[in-house]
Amino acid sequence: MRLSATRVRAIIRKELREYRHNRQLVVTMSVFPLIFIITPAVQIFTQPASAASTLAHSQVLVYMLGIPALVPATFASISVAGERQQGTLEPVLTTPIRREEFLLGKALAALVPAISVSYGVFGVFVAAIELFAQPAVTSAVLRGPELIAQVLFTPLVAALSIWIGIAISARSNDPRVAAQLSVLASLPSIVVTTLIGHG
Amino acid sequence: MIHLIRSLVRKPRRRITGAGASAAAVGPDEAASRAQGPRSASPGKVAAPGRTSGAVALSVHNLGERFGARSAFEDLSFEVGYGEVFGFLGPNGAGKTTTVRTLGTLLAPSAGSAMVTGLPLAPENGVEIRRRISVMPEAPGLYQRLSVAENLECFASLYEVPVLRERIEFALRAVNLADRAQETCAALSKGLRQRVALARALLPDPQMLFLDEPTSGLDPAAARDVHELIDGLRQHGVTIFLTTHRLEEAERLCDRVAILNTTLRTIGPPGELRDRLFAKTLTVRTLVPVPDPGRVFTGLPGVDGWHQDGASYVIAISDPVTATPAVTRALVGAGADVMSIAESRHSLEDVYLQLIDQDTEAGQG
Repeated sequence: MRLSATRVRAIIRKELREYRHNRQLVVTMSVFPLIFIITPAVQIFTQPASAASTLAHSQVLVYMLGIPALVPATFASISVAGERQQGTLEPVLTTPIRREEFLLGKALAALVPAISVSYGVFGVFVAAIELFAQPAVTSAVLRGPELIAQVLFTPLVAALSIWIGIAISARSNDPRVAAQLSVLASLPSIVVTTLIGHG
Repeated sequence: MIHLIRSLVRKPRRRITGAGASAAAVGPDEAASRAQGPRSASPGKVAAPGRTSGAVALSVHNLGERFGARSAFEDLSFEVGYGEVFGFLGPNGAGKTTTVRTLGTLLAPSAGSAMVTGLPLAPENGVEIRRRISVMPEAPGLYQRLSVAENLECFASLYEVPVLRERIEFALRAVNLADRAQETCAALSKGLRQRVALARALLPDPQMLFLDEPTSGLDPAAARDVHELIDGLRQHGVTIFLTTHRLEEAERLCDRVAILNTTLRTIGPPGELRDRLFAKTLTVRTLVPVPDPGRVFTGLPGVDGWHQDGASYVIAISDPVTATPAVTRALVGAGADVMSIAESRHSLEDVYLQLIDQDTEAGQG
């Protein structure tokens, strides 16, 4: 079976255009990251330099892996169920597209904003630490292995979340139910990252 | 409009012009169909009067679709020739849309077989069949937040249309929407959305076009535009499978119609269905009753019988060309003051209602 890059690209382009025009989705996408930077921000920016040794033993930044866990869940959950509800699924499936191309396009389209937001927020947060945190705290928090882990795990966590979200969406007729179930399904990832963050 | 359609349909294909038409120009798909050979009538098949299967675009044999215990349609057998406009009529729940979904590879049939544009209807041929056909569902199914052009661009890419921009422009101009390309679909009226859906269906230059209620919700002027478009496509050899509730639309546009009510009730050209179901009659109105109508009407050439219906006489005839002048002469000869002589005209609606009423009565009995 040969997948068509043109058709996958067509779905990705269409999805990204739809995201751009969906104000509610943009707002949701902006709110979720804020939730996941509150705890690290409080821990890092309110601590005196003497607390640096405590921070060195915790993985504060791991909290932020909740962003790639939760942000794509929203996109993925509405991807198929939303099309079904709007009546747009049938016209698409009458084109030569394969089911695999359709789902791959949906998944990649959800991955793009998820990774962009996750890396973007993480980059801004790291820059803020460099600029505004106590130097001792900065050197305790920004360690090479943690930064590499963050960069590597972000797409993996996002991919897992998207895979679960699309699986739920493909079996659901109601996008609202699909969104709720997807958020529920992404909770284990969030719990794990939170527990690691607490050290 | 015709110029645009000519451009849209890049490779004009042969159309079946009537009874006994045979393929003169054979395209690759027609050749594929021919390779299958003409199919013999299978049990339960309704004969397809008025045409022979030279080049068959769609061939359906005992096709059925069940959802659990409920049968959406069953034992469907018919053929549609290349270039034919084939009407598919039936009441709500008769199985028309499910048939389109099945033939469009969205649903796997529960029974029977079909050849769509020369390919067997099977999962492994799904992509290739969908490449050759185009389906316009009953609901336009457009991305509301995207513009008309963005919608068409997405679908043109899904069909891997080579000259994307040109094709989109042609499709939009064919449905008179070239000036609305940048508007979001949410801002369009229902009729305009329907036209966008039709433009979308024209994008891939399909060999066969499935139109599910294309004029549903359109005003008369917009419906007329769609009719003209279908007519133009027909002239350029596109095979059209049209499901509709508008019987006058089917009568006007379709070479043949099939009436479905879970099973196929009848199939044929509209005129032939009328003749098959209804006897031809002349209705004669006179100023005063004819003194001895039996003597006037009996024995005339082409006249099979007569009866009086109030102030009129209804005369059963076998051939209007022979009977009408003979009846006129006989009435004048008898000194009758003739007000009018009219041949009864049964519409496709009469045929449809007669068959559906028969089904309802059979169901009640």
